[in-house]
Amino acid sequence: MTIEARNLSFRYGDKPVLREVSFTLTSGGFHALLGPNGAGKSTLFGLLTRLLALQQGDILMAGQSLKKQPAEAMRKIGVVFQQNALDLDLTVRQNLLYHAALHGLSRKEARVRGDRELTRFQLLERANEPVRKLNGGHRRRVEIARALLHEPSLLLLDEPTVGLDVASRRGLNDHVRMLCDSDGLTVLWATHLIEEVRPEDRVLILHEGKLLADGAGHDICEAEGTRDLAETFHTLTGAG
Amino acid sequence: MKAAHYWHCFVGIQTREWLRFWQQRTRFASALVRPLLWLVVFAAGFRAVLGISIIPPYQTYITYETYIAPGLCGMIILFNSMQGALSMVYDRELGSMRVLLMSPLPRPFLLVTKLLAMGVVSVGQVYVFLLLALLVDVEPPPWGYLAVLPALVLTSLMLGALGLLIATWIKQLENFAGVMNFVIFPMFFMSSALYPLWRMNEASPWLYWICQFNPFTHAVEAIRFSLYLEWSPVAYGITASVTVVLALLATAGFRPQRTKILGTKPA
Repeated sequence: MTIEARNLSFRYGDKPVLREVSFTLTSGGFHALLGPNGAGKSTLFGLLTRLLALQQGDILMAGQSLKKQPAEAMRKIGVVFQQNALDLDLTVRQNLLYHAALHGLSRKEARVRGDRELTRFQLLERANEPVRKLNGGHRRRVEIARALLHEPSLLLLDEPTVGLDVASRRGLNDHVRMLCDSDGLTVLWATHLIEEVRPEDRVLILHEGKLLADGAGHDICEAEGTRDLAETFHTLTGAG
Repeated sequence: MKAAHYWHCFVGIQTREWLRFWQQRTRFASALVRPLLWLVVFAAGFRAVLGISIIPPYQTYITYETYIAPGLCGMIILFNSMQGALSMVYDRELGSMRVLLMSPLPRPFLLVTKLLAMGVVSVGQVYVFLLLALLVDVEPPPWGYLAVLPALVLTSLMLGALGLLIATWIKQLENFAGVMNFVIFPMFFMSSALYPLWRMNEASPWLYWICQFNPFTHAVEAIRFSLYLEWSPVAYGITASVTVVLALLATAGFRPQRTKILGTKPA
């Protein structure tokens, strides 16, 4: 599914957080949204997930406007938030069933899909355990499995590896890339960790609400005359 | 979106609330201590001071315990609703609210269903309280327990919507202590929960009118009348109307950016 952000601007009171941001995410691609803290990544996610109302500009999901047909657009989005959004006292399966219900799936259908996702994420045998008993990496996997239950075409991940160790971070990143290949899922992965981005990835660099770069990682480096993304990021944002 | 989608969503939200209730049953049990203290200790101490004449819906002289029981039912719902609504947008339930709001179903439907689900759990607590109240001889007619159900659900929805409205719009009251001092206590004391309003009128006519304008008074009266199998169109009518207005205001005016649901507090 192609996602098009057109001319997005957003302000909290007098403070502009996003300024005329436009980009297109191509179907089935892994897109990295890079930006230091406070760059406007979470606000952009807020707009994409409709937690924030659009102030200026529009977002088109497969041609459908988020402004005009929000329900249709929301059905196509799966989200993994920065902070844990699982109910720790409920079991893995109960969490999945709740999410599925919110998307209007019957219990029977939800169970089938939930078990399918958990099998894929190698978590089926832990389905009846409370989420509290899972480690950070597994919790994140449950969140991704949950985000995929209603079979979205776009998966949004807002700094999903925060608080994870290096091995879990890499595992999660590889896993999501695999989903792009196997399911044709369009992914937007927000992070401030350069090592999670590969040179061939589509990279969007956001800084102080402005989109400073948009293109394949190696192309951006070439254009900026830098050796790698870390240097590019540093040159453009003064961070990292 | 078809009706079946709405139904599955409705059932899912209710189920989750009951699962959480079961997980936190000790917390819910301890929440019953407050109204029981009022019923057993406060009422015993004040019984002689107040003295109650025969007032509708009661047919005879009643004990003070009997008088305040419906008010305490309202109090249980009042505390739960405020606490629940605040936790929805400020603390414990933030993650779950984000998940809730990702649903493609209309937001007002999701919020009202959520308030209703929280309300149903409060209503469960009220029934446990009413069973315990039998021990101090608060004995409404058996059918009263059934007849009171709509009034309890309506009250919980009304107060839940009020809580959501406050939690989204009044920044200064974002902690529970603020809400307790400025909303819960005034609403509770300036109502017919603890004393019949004619007594208030004797003491101060303007206080009486404040009590009359307090929707909680009418919710308590709706609970009281239906518990004793009497029909009070005024109490019901006002409670229902206020519920509709508050639910509309709370859901139509609901903006996640006014809360902490986004995860970051906007500057």
